[in-house]
Amino acid sequence: MSIEVRHISKSFGAFRALDDVSLAIGRGELVALLGPSGCGKTTLLRVIAGLESPDPPSGAVLLDGEDVSGRGAAGRRVGFVFQHYALFRHMTVFDNIAFGLAARPRARRPTPEQIRARVAALLDLVQISFLADRYPAQLSGGQRQRVALARALAVEPRVLLLDEPFGALDATVRRGLRRWLRRLHADLAVTTVFVTHDQEEALELADRVVLMDAGRIEQVGTPAEVYDEPRNPFVYHFLGHANLFDAEVRGGRTRIGAVEVATEVPSGPGAGRAVACVRPHDLELSRTPGPDALALTVRHVLHVGPVVRVELEDEAGGRLVEAELPRERQSSLALSPGERVFARPRAVRLFPAGTPPGVVPEPGSV
Amino acid sequence: MSAELAPRRATGEPVWLRRSLLIAALAFLVVFLVLPLAVIFQQAFGSGVGAYLRALGAPEARAALALSLLVAAIVVPLNTVFGVAAAWAVGKFSFRGKAVLVTLFDLPFAVSPVVAGLLFVLLFGRDGLLAPLAAAGGIHVLFALPGIILATLFVTVPFVARELIPLMQAQGREEEEAARMLGASGWRTFRHVTLPNVRWALLYGVVLTAARALGEFGAVSVVSGHIRGETTTLPLEVEMLHAEFRGQEAFAVASLLTLVAVASLVAKHVLERRSPRPPGVARGGPA
Repeated sequence: MSIEVRHISKSFGAFRALDDVSLAIGRGELVALLGPSGCGKTTLLRVIAGLESPDPPSGAVLLDGEDVSGRGAAGRRVGFVFQHYALFRHMTVFDNIAFGLAARPRARRPTPEQIRARVAALLDLVQISFLADRYPAQLSGGQRQRVALARALAVEPRVLLLDEPFGALDATVRRGLRRWLRRLHADLAVTTVFVTHDQEEALELADRVVLMDAGRIEQVGTPAEVYDEPRNPFVYHFLGHANLFDAEVRGGRTRIGAVEVATEVPSGPGAGRAVACVRPHDLELSRTPGPDALALTVRHVLHVGPVVRVELEDEAGGRLVEAELPRERQSSLALSPGERVFARPRAVRLFPAGTPPGVVPEPGSV
Repeated sequence: MSAELAPRRATGEPVWLRRSLLIAALAFLVVFLVLPLAVIFQQAFGSGVGAYLRALGAPEARAALALSLLVAAIVVPLNTVFGVAAAWAVGKFSFRGKAVLVTLFDLPFAVSPVVAGLLFVLLFGRDGLLAPLAAAGGIHVLFALPGIILATLFVTVPFVARELIPLMQAQGREEEEAARMLGASGWRTFRHVTLPNVRWALLYGVVLTAARALGEFGAVSVVSGHIRGETTTLPLEVEMLHAEFRGQEAFAVASLLTLVAVASLVAKHVLERRSPRPPGVARGGPA
């Protein structure tokens, strides 16, 4: 079932949560809505579900080409998993999952035996058959998540929407559930949209990622596309740590201060002031000075799992620069705080000046 | 006993101070609450069980009891429906003027019951604003059952709504939204999701409404006209007996009202213990 959102705007008082958003999602896709909190991603999900009505006279929501804008949430056959699950607290797990089937009008309602069989099958699918008689308060976060998902799937939704599905879970459970959801989506092939603020989650799970900021869609693409070809500093910055430098471009050469850096990426401004973005793992640290290296002072050396994160200070401007190196590299370099080092950017991405993260450039200016 | 009552040493106050405060509080409770309660029953049974039963069996007392029960039987369901509807509107929807509405619910608490009674006298008395309406319908409001019901309705409006609104607001709308997403109608959502989640608070609100409906004096006194055996509720009957120096009979009837009060306090205790946690957690709870 495909989803199409056309020119949707939504305001809450003076706050513009969605600003003329359009988006098309293909049948069977797994799409992530990614952005910082307050960017409008949850509002967009709720508009698709029918839980929020967009501002008149703005556009339409189409499910499989059919305009459902006039229909309430109950008539859209959309499965929705709430961030805090919203399980019916006074019902058992079984009754929670059976609710959607039992709530159908008498003519379309399955018999009690059919409902029992369907719930049993769903409990089996989400691997919690042994919890059927428990109440939500007696379940762990991960178990509640599975109940919420089974409940949403019970009504055979055309589309599955998940609001921050892993937000309330701890890191280990989250990883397990992520893998499981990927498999489940592959098995069920139901069009799925989930909201997240975790870029790793979006990149790992989704077929396509929709990046949102301040009520607008900044970029839509596969995880590789948005990561490798970010359209602006916001996308670049949101998909991973980034160091931003003021740079100057002249005659095809890029300078950060007095240092000339190599830029492999052909796109970018032709000449003038620019923002040069460098990922921490693209900064090569060494003790050899040169015209192509930034002189920095080591402030902290942090061992974070498989990598070593080095916090550095720009000697000229005093600004903080972050670099990441493999553990082995640090063992041979043996950097320590207070030391002077030289950083050579391996990959630099240029954006026109005046587009710091969070500020949307005019369409076509990038 | 002192070991059980003594609070954990969370404060640095010396033992003697805590003990004296505790004793002072208990003494206050005994003098102002327990003793009067005991006196009521002592007076009621002062002339023996026979006199007690005779006082309750008197036609006026029985008529007063019947009237009070009738009024409660009409007022409690009406205000329950109103309270649930009001709490649902306030707790689950956003609209303009919500804060004003919530404040209005408290009006009967703020207004003296006597003033409330006078309000109905003004509305339905001679030249009253609504008097032509009542006359057209052939209904006598003042000094009759409709007036007593209206006055009791007015003073018991807040109880159910006030119990439900904070709870419904705390529970939020997500479960209702989930029910809608699953295709449930508005009525089904209310019946199977909203109502079960607040049932203990609702029951408590009903208990409070009933207790107040049976016990209301001021507002009813103004509109009733004190016609013995016709428009006299239990509290009015107590007052009239007392004014006629029939103390033992007055206390016998008063003991009925006291029993209502004690019963509602017990109910409150039981319901408050049940309401905060999801009732289903205690296995075998009515699901």
